[in-house]
Amino acid sequence: MSTRTPILSDHPSPAPAGLGETKSKLSQKLRYLLSEIWKFRLSYLFILPFLVLFVIFILIPVVAGVLLSFTYFNAIEFPTWKGWMNYQNLFSQDIVFLQHVLPNSFKFALFVGPIGYIFAFVLAWLIAQLPSTLRTWYALAMYAPSLSAGVAMTVVWTVMFTGDRSGYINSFLLKWGLIDKPLYFLIDKDYLLNIMIVISIWSSMGIGFLAILAGILNVDKQLYEAGRIDGISSRLQEVWYITIPMMKPQMLFAAIMSIVHTLKSGGLGSTLTGSNPTPNYAGQLMIDHIGDFGFIRFELGYASAISIVLLIMCFLLSKLFWKLFGPKEDE
Amino acid sequence: MMQEIQMMTTKRTWSAKWQDFVFAVRQVDRTQIGIAIGLTPLAIFMLLPLFYIFNHAFKPLHELFLFPPTFVVREPTIQNFSELLALTESTVVPVARYIFNSIVVTFLATLGMVIFGAMCAYPLAKHKFPGSKIVFGLVLTSLLFATEAIAIPRFVVVQSLGIMNTYWGHVLPMIAMPVGVFLLKQFMDQVPNELIEAAKIDGAPEFFIFLRIVIPIVSPAMATITILAFQSAWGNAETSTLFMQDDAMKTLPFYMGTLTSNLANSVARQGAAAAGALIMFIPSLLVFLVSQRKVITTMAHSGIK
Repeated sequence: MSTRTPILSDHPSPAPAGLGETKSKLSQKLRYLLSEIWKFRLSYLFILPFLVLFVIFILIPVVAGVLLSFTYFNAIEFPTWKGWMNYQNLFSQDIVFLQHVLPNSFKFALFVGPIGYIFAFVLAWLIAQLPSTLRTWYALAMYAPSLSAGVAMTVVWTVMFTGDRSGYINSFLLKWGLIDKPLYFLIDKDYLLNIMIVISIWSSMGIGFLAILAGILNVDKQLYEAGRIDGISSRLQEVWYITIPMMKPQMLFAAIMSIVHTLKSGGLGSTLTGSNPTPNYAGQLMIDHIGDFGFIRFELGYASAISIVLLIMCFLLSKLFWKLFGPKEDE
Repeated sequence: MMQEIQMMTTKRTWSAKWQDFVFAVRQVDRTQIGIAIGLTPLAIFMLLPLFYIFNHAFKPLHELFLFPPTFVVREPTIQNFSELLALTESTVVPVARYIFNSIVVTFLATLGMVIFGAMCAYPLAKHKFPGSKIVFGLVLTSLLFATEAIAIPRFVVVQSLGIMNTYWGHVLPMIAMPVGVFLLKQFMDQVPNELIEAAKIDGAPEFFIFLRIVIPIVSPAMATITILAFQSAWGNAETSTLFMQDDAMKTLPFYMGTLTSNLANSVARQGAAAAGALIMFIPSLLVFLVSQRKVITTMAHSGIK
């Protein structure tokens, strides 16, 4: 006790003139901050369990990932510092990345991201117009595919798109006389990426879709009446001026989830074709490229650099959505 | 005469009113019917692969590779399920062990994600404590970081904690998922501050406010988080692949992955794989059916303004 008293003393020994003013200001600020922290001690207790796990399993690995991206690391030897080398190689030497991965990712992200997002909103709005019993069933039908996401559905899609006449799609197309010979869906570079897009949108009506649906249903009905009195005449205007502004939190969440879903379905090409890299790099996306360098060639430093680039891209995108739907200062 | 006219007019207005009502009902019904009819083909398209997996799992071997291929099973058997069980009998770890592991891990992880997530979201939404913005910013940013990209550093962390090949190695990294915190925080933002202030003035302790006021109001979001947490835990193969070397500690999704990994080239285990896919899908569907009702109905009547 006696040793602690001088440290925690409320009356610090007077400092020499000149320095004293700034010092006391600083200590005042510090003391204010400490008292604030003490006042909110319960809040910290509340967040503690999650925060500890978060720091251990996400924050530390991310920081380590950033550091690794500046090194050469093959998982056996200790990483050696290479500076910006990995990034330079990525944007100037990596032909596969520049010619296939980047355009593929762009096309894939454009369709699965914004178009999937708008599709989810339109669908949720339509379903919200239905009476409640029907609504549940339609919502279930749209949401069910996302329940099945993951390794399990590979068995469906591979059989559906099998490249000979025993594949379901090929068989039906042949039967209806639309094609003469079976198409190699999963090998041909013209089909693979499009199939990946369809499958991703199919499974994208997930939690974001539910949030949108809930948000639409949660809008106060009286607002629509008030809007009608104020001169809103069409349903489209209702959606634009009332529904969307009222459900910004859910819209933002759905947008973030759509980015995450787009990211997560990145490995789809490898799963479908059973090989990484995919045939002719037709379905090669960023995640596959990371997997290729990380877990096949064991160039972990380089793989980390690719993932950091991916992170930065996603971060910028989320900033955009945050601007659109995020809480404003004056609200 | 006058009476007659009066009666006529009242009659007319009544009938006019009735007609208006009928018209309104028809109007509403017509758009609704239109929407329902328009959405039906889409719903069928969405459900087709699931319908397919249900049928495929019960097909006998000669129907699996029938030409032309059929959607609907003709002679349903449970042959594929017994094949799935037989497949694992020959190996060291029986499939029942994978299922048991999956149940334990999913239960603990879902519980942890929902409880810790809600506990973390509440102060972030309602207390402006020093550092709250930083914490939320971190959560938001990490939402976008695909865990595949940080697999190697994560492996090192789990290894140095000494929780490899334990249930902790499955559960703890899953609980650190930021999605739950984010969604709950977004919903808790909508809980009126006045309600919390009033409870505080009445002398309610913080934990009571959290448990008895905030949680009931955000119960729809809690249900949503439960679905999400269950789904991600039940389908998670990553922790098995990375953090478990002991086969007896791996989970069902990992085993499914080994079954389907070479499916494009070999057709031998297609039936077993379909049966496994069905086993993976059914629990997710059940959890969703149970919570979904709550999500949609409570959402409509929750009245957070």
